[in-house]
Amino acid sequence: MPASAPTPAPAPHAATGPILPLRLKGAEARRRGKRLVGPVDLELGREGFTIVMGPNGAGKTTLLRLMHGLERLAAGEIRWAVPMREARMRQAYVFQTPIMMRRSVVDSIAYPLRLRGVGRAEARARAARWAGRIGLAEALERPAPVLSGGEKQKLSLARALITGPEILFLDEPCASLDGRAMREIETLLLEARQGGMRIVMATHDMGQACRLASDVVFLYGGRVHESGPAEAFFNAPRTPEAAAFIKGDIVE
Amino acid sequence: MKLLNWLIAPLLALLSLTPAGAETIRMAVTTSFHNSGLADVLLPEIKADLGLEVQLLVVGTGQALKLGEQGDVDAILVHSRAAEEAFVAQGFGTHRREIMYNDFVLVGPRQDPAGIASAQSAAEALARIAAAGALFVSRGDESGTHKKERALWQAAGIDPTAAGPWYREAGAGMGATLNTAAGMGAYTLSDRASWLNFGNKGDLALLYAGDPALFNQYSLIPVNPARHPHVRADLVARLEDWLTGPRARALIDGYRIGGEQLFTFNAQPE
Amino acid sequence: MDGFAAGLWQAWKLIFTLDPDLYEIVFLSLRVTMSAVIIASAIGLPLGAWLVIKRFRARRFTIALLNALIGLPPVVVGLAVYMLLSRSGPLGVLGLLFTPTAMIIAQVIIITPLIASIAHQTMRDLWAEYHDLLLSMNASRAQRIAAILWDGRRALLTAMLAGFGRGIGEVGAIMIVGGNIDHVTRVLTTAIALETGKGNFAFAMGLGLILIALSLSVNLAIHWISRTERASVW
Repeated sequence: MPASAPTPAPAPHAATGPILPLRLKGAEARRRGKRLVGPVDLELGREGFTIVMGPNGAGKTTLLRLMHGLERLAAGEIRWAVPMREARMRQAYVFQTPIMMRRSVVDSIAYPLRLRGVGRAEARARAARWAGRIGLAEALERPAPVLSGGEKQKLSLARALITGPEILFLDEPCASLDGRAMREIETLLLEARQGGMRIVMATHDMGQACRLASDVVFLYGGRVHESGPAEAFFNAPRTPEAAAFIKGDIVE
Repeated sequence: MKLLNWLIAPLLALLSLTPAGAETIRMAVTTSFHNSGLADVLLPEIKADLGLEVQLLVVGTGQALKLGEQGDVDAILVHSRAAEEAFVAQGFGTHRREIMYNDFVLVGPRQDPAGIASAQSAAEALARIAAAGALFVSRGDESGTHKKERALWQAAGIDPTAAGPWYREAGAGMGATLNTAAGMGAYTLSDRASWLNFGNKGDLALLYAGDPALFNQYSLIPVNPARHPHVRADLVARLEDWLTGPRARALIDGYRIGGEQLFTFNAQPE
Repeated sequence: MDGFAAGLWQAWKLIFTLDPDLYEIVFLSLRVTMSAVIIASAIGLPLGAWLVIKRFRARRFTIALLNALIGLPPVVVGLAVYMLLSRSGPLGVLGLLFTPTAMIIAQVIIITPLIASIAHQTMRDLWAEYHDLLLSMNASRAQRIAAILWDGRRALLTAMLAGFGRGIGEVGAIMIVGGNIDHVTRVLTTAIALETGKGNFAFAMGLGLILIALSLSVNLAIHWISRTERASVW
């Protein structure tokens, strides 16, 4: 990559170059011998907002976890542009069901910074700014576990974004949220996208996919059936399964 | 690490608090001796006269002998002649020194269903209990009192353990056995001191006493330093001198509960 | 039955006449059991965390063993510690028998399985909850243990209080290894046993009520300090 190209993510540790593209070759995840996902061949480029789509059970979550390193790679390979150890530090993940630590809002958001050795005062100050951005400025010292569902997911997002990851994975972050919380989260994601962050998000909400996607990976039965620019996918799906899914025909 | 210091500092402070380091010896005594209250009179005087702190382990005779055997105490003060002589013969103790005696009494329900109050001897009293099938609670703990009780049954020609359900073994100390007897309305054998000091007499009354067979000799046995070099034989020797001397005689013979003399000093000068 | 009333009266009398023997006994009870709880926690809490995070072959067996040890009769522990510390035992040269240290050792053995087991259960639930998050954030093993210990600290405090409760009311073991020596190793429970044996039921009951009051005060004080009840969600 030419040295003059703008570095996409605001990460301070990008000295070794961007972590993308991410290449999967014959990647598989198994559980008790049963193949959940794969083999998957896929390349995620440096830019874009990728939506992973597919019916329930297609393997969206497993694929995201596999790419993020939460799922053991049973076969094939997953290769970042930098060594794995380095890549692990420069990505973040938002779970479908928010995992709230038993800490205050501000300490929860500050936690990833504390893990990276940032001092308590500075970490809390930066976390407080993020709390302000997600509308929790008044609730800094409230226990995170008592927040509403939407607040929890926004907290998860702030906690993921605070370290300035170069790529962010989200697993149906709006699955159980009302319309307003969903729009707030989408706004935050688009802002991050504008800042150059690579985003990979699983959803089966067609409207959300249309609003956000720059490209789409369509999963069916654990395999990638289609992947490409969003516009092409929505307008002219190449496989009958994708076409049926877009029309809403596949019973989930 | 601040947290660690915070945890450890008070711990060290707690552990370092040891009792004042006067000269101390440990002596195992029987529950019955301790229950008499005589120790509370003697120990302060010993401390004053000899500057010696005697720490008492109040246990049954069996455990007292065991503690001496293991070298965990410096001396024992018990009342079970046969066991004491065996203890010395086996080399666990240097010698046996008689100090004083008290006596055993038979207590039981005030109405005295077996009519032991008019018995001519302790053996006869026990025989009447057996004949009446009245409840009898035994210590059943291999203590000096228990051994004395068994000797008395033998003298009466009765094997109570085979005799029937009226004979109950408590497997407990004197106080607990008296509690049991009070609760069941049963007869039992007690040393006089424990009986007089016992706080929960209920319906129990002293029914028979006075047979010389009921005398209860207390002896001091120093633990053998040849076997356990760490025992304070020098201090025990000073204690023995004191316990067999005139000061102890006055205190022991003068000890009264409810106007009654409990112990009779009978140590022989060496 | 006026036993309780008499006991209550005895307890008041002892407390308000500032009976020095009583305060000595109470202080020793606290000293022995608190030392034991601190040591047992230093062993039991990391052990519990380790059993949660580390997978190894004998893990299930270790957990089962721990739970079984909770039911160990204190008298048996006392006897075992006695045989170790006896002058004729392997550690006899230390001269620890019939000292408060011996009582602390016995109580540590009694309390540690309880604290470790409760801590393990608490942290297992917390770890199940946090596992993916901490893994995703690339937390090191030490950071993971720190996170579940810190976030589970109130539950861990409860484990310690359970240990305290078991220790302060325990009599079988400390009677054997402490010897219930007046002014040296006499604590509330052994004093109660002694007075009961003498038939001084009211006095024993008075001491028992003081023991309950003491245990209650310690629990309330700890809960107040840690504000457990205020932030019940945590």
